[in-house]
Amino acid sequence: MRTRASLILRTTVPVLLPLFFVFAVFIFMRGHNEPGGGFSAGLVASAAFALTTVAFGPEAGRRALGLAPRVYLGAGLLVAGVSVALPVAMGEAFGKGLWTSITVLGRELKVGTPLAFDLGVLLVVVGTAAGIVFAFAEERD
Amino acid sequence: MTAWLMAVPLAVPAAAAAACLLVGRSMRMQAAITFAAAVCQLAAGVALTAEARAFGPAALAVGGWPEGAAIALVADMASAVMVVLVGTVAVLAVPFAASTIDRRREAFGFYPLVNVLLLGVAGMVLTGDLFNLYVWVEVTLIASFVLMALGGGRLQMEGATKYVALNVVASALFLTGVGVVYATMGTVSLGDLARAAHESGLAWPTESGTMLVLAALLVKAAAFPFFAWLPASYHTPPIGVTALFAGLLTKAGVFALLRVSGLLLSGGESRDTAQAVLLTLGGVTMVAGVLGAAAHTDMRRILSFHIVSQCGYMVMGAGFFSSAGYAATLFFLGHNMAAKTGLFTAAGIAYRLAGAYDVRALGGLMRRHPALAASFAVCAASLAGFPPLAGFFGKLALVQAGFTGGHFAVAGVALFTSILTLYSMTKIWHEAFWKPPPSVSTAQGRAPWPAWTALFGFAALSVTAGLAAGALFEFATLAGEALADPAAFIQLTGSAEP
Repeated sequence: MRTRASLILRTTVPVLLPLFFVFAVFIFMRGHNEPGGGFSAGLVASAAFALTTVAFGPEAGRRALGLAPRVYLGAGLLVAGVSVALPVAMGEAFGKGLWTSITVLGRELKVGTPLAFDLGVLLVVVGTAAGIVFAFAEERD
Repeated sequence: MTAWLMAVPLAVPAAAAAACLLVGRSMRMQAAITFAAAVCQLAAGVALTAEARAFGPAALAVGGWPEGAAIALVADMASAVMVVLVGTVAVLAVPFAASTIDRRREAFGFYPLVNVLLLGVAGMVLTGDLFNLYVWVEVTLIASFVLMALGGGRLQMEGATKYVALNVVASALFLTGVGVVYATMGTVSLGDLARAAHESGLAWPTESGTMLVLAALLVKAAAFPFFAWLPASYHTPPIGVTALFAGLLTKAGVFALLRVSGLLLSGGESRDTAQAVLLTLGGVTMVAGVLGAAAHTDMRRILSFHIVSQCGYMVMGAGFFSSAGYAATLFFLGHNMAAKTGLFTAAGIAYRLAGAYDVRALGGLMRRHPALAASFAVCAASLAGFPPLAGFFGKLALVQAGFTGGHFAVAGVALFTSILTLYSMTKIWHEAFWKPPPSVSTAQGRAPWPAWTALFGFAALSVTAGLAAGALFEFATLAGEALADPAAFIQLTGSAEP
């Protein structure tokens, strides 16, 4: 990008980023019984990368993302795929939701294949959205 | 029956797409993964067919939810055979596409997209749920749209824009139709809907919704007057992509058309309306496609118009609403997937060898490349319907089913169209293969071996399917019965008595 983004944006984005991620986690966990889930959480998380790109350029966006968007896409598909195929390996119906609970910090937490599937969706959404944003941002240069 | 088997044609391409994205830069690896996925899909199709034949149709309630609540995949004879056909085209056409595509497009996600395309097509074939059919149609559309636009030449973008514009209209029709059906019936399970359709007939708004879905599927199947997207776009992407599309896209659309019309529109008054629509449009499509082909000299455009024309035969077959009609349509569909993809492969090889798609710029291919000429001749003759090739038996069965059902007019049109098809094929033959080469010597290239393998494979299939037509018709007949009689489907995917 030729012109630098406004000072306000460059100052607020680093503060906002953690909030985006916390909010994404919140939406992700809420999604099991209420509106939310992997898709909207993925969009919120990718908004963070998009903002970074707008404020500091696509290179900073890519640095924040860490891995190539393609890897997020592939990993997401793989996680989602494993989560629906896993029940078959355990003698259950294809795509059946299997649940178990683990104790984290003294609190009981239910985890299961639907959660893993949602995580896969999240990764796919982040990979896709970030890929699109980077492609547009880099095209202008 | 091992129910999870029918998830394999979906799970394998999905996993392969993920693997291709993860392995990244190694194109060789990605190609190998994609080919392996195609082989798995074919193997799963064969296993499903064997099981459906031995133990009858089966359904997989995804997620293990109770019947009626679950979204089902259905493997009966029809869908299992269709998976075999899709797998066969994929096994031969994927290496062809991979060997002829340029590095830039290849590196830009070609293999993951091909896998998603295979996923979408398998989903369209196996699903037992109207809304999921829509979803799979969209998956296929998105993958094919990106494949078509990939590389982004000016011409390619123009084709892709037309392609996506018309197909998005179809998607809107489809989704509206599904919405109307869901609003009035409270379900989108094909089994439940089929039960309602056969017990009491579809009431007014539901029937209209179903007709909207039918219209959308006619767009997908490239029927008149909705076929404009196909000849406007199929000649623009690289030839390997076109070959894959020719073998898979409209064919999956036709199969969905067979499935939906067989289940939802085969009872009561809806049947008469749908029959009139399908037979008329089928007849007009045949003629419109073949006439369109007569006006062109680019091999890809000629062949694209022939896809339309051949789809007309299949739409007509769907309109017979008889198990003989469905059996003939499926056989014809399979023959067409082989012959048509084979012809596009031949066009691609001719381009590699002589540097042109326009038949006027070609010539002398018969003398210089007899193997290419022979394989092209086999596929073209099969398409035109010469015995003892597969196309002859497909057309024979279709016309027979038409005469048996008393649809003389449209069956006559089908016979007449055959002659016009022959005209187009002889045009290519005469110009590209027979006439002396043009005085300005054109490029002399080489074609990669997977292209030859694919071409010989498709030609061999056209011959063997003709010679073994009796044995194959046994499968087609069973599949036709599965499409014509919704009872088994209703039992498998419908909820318990309402």
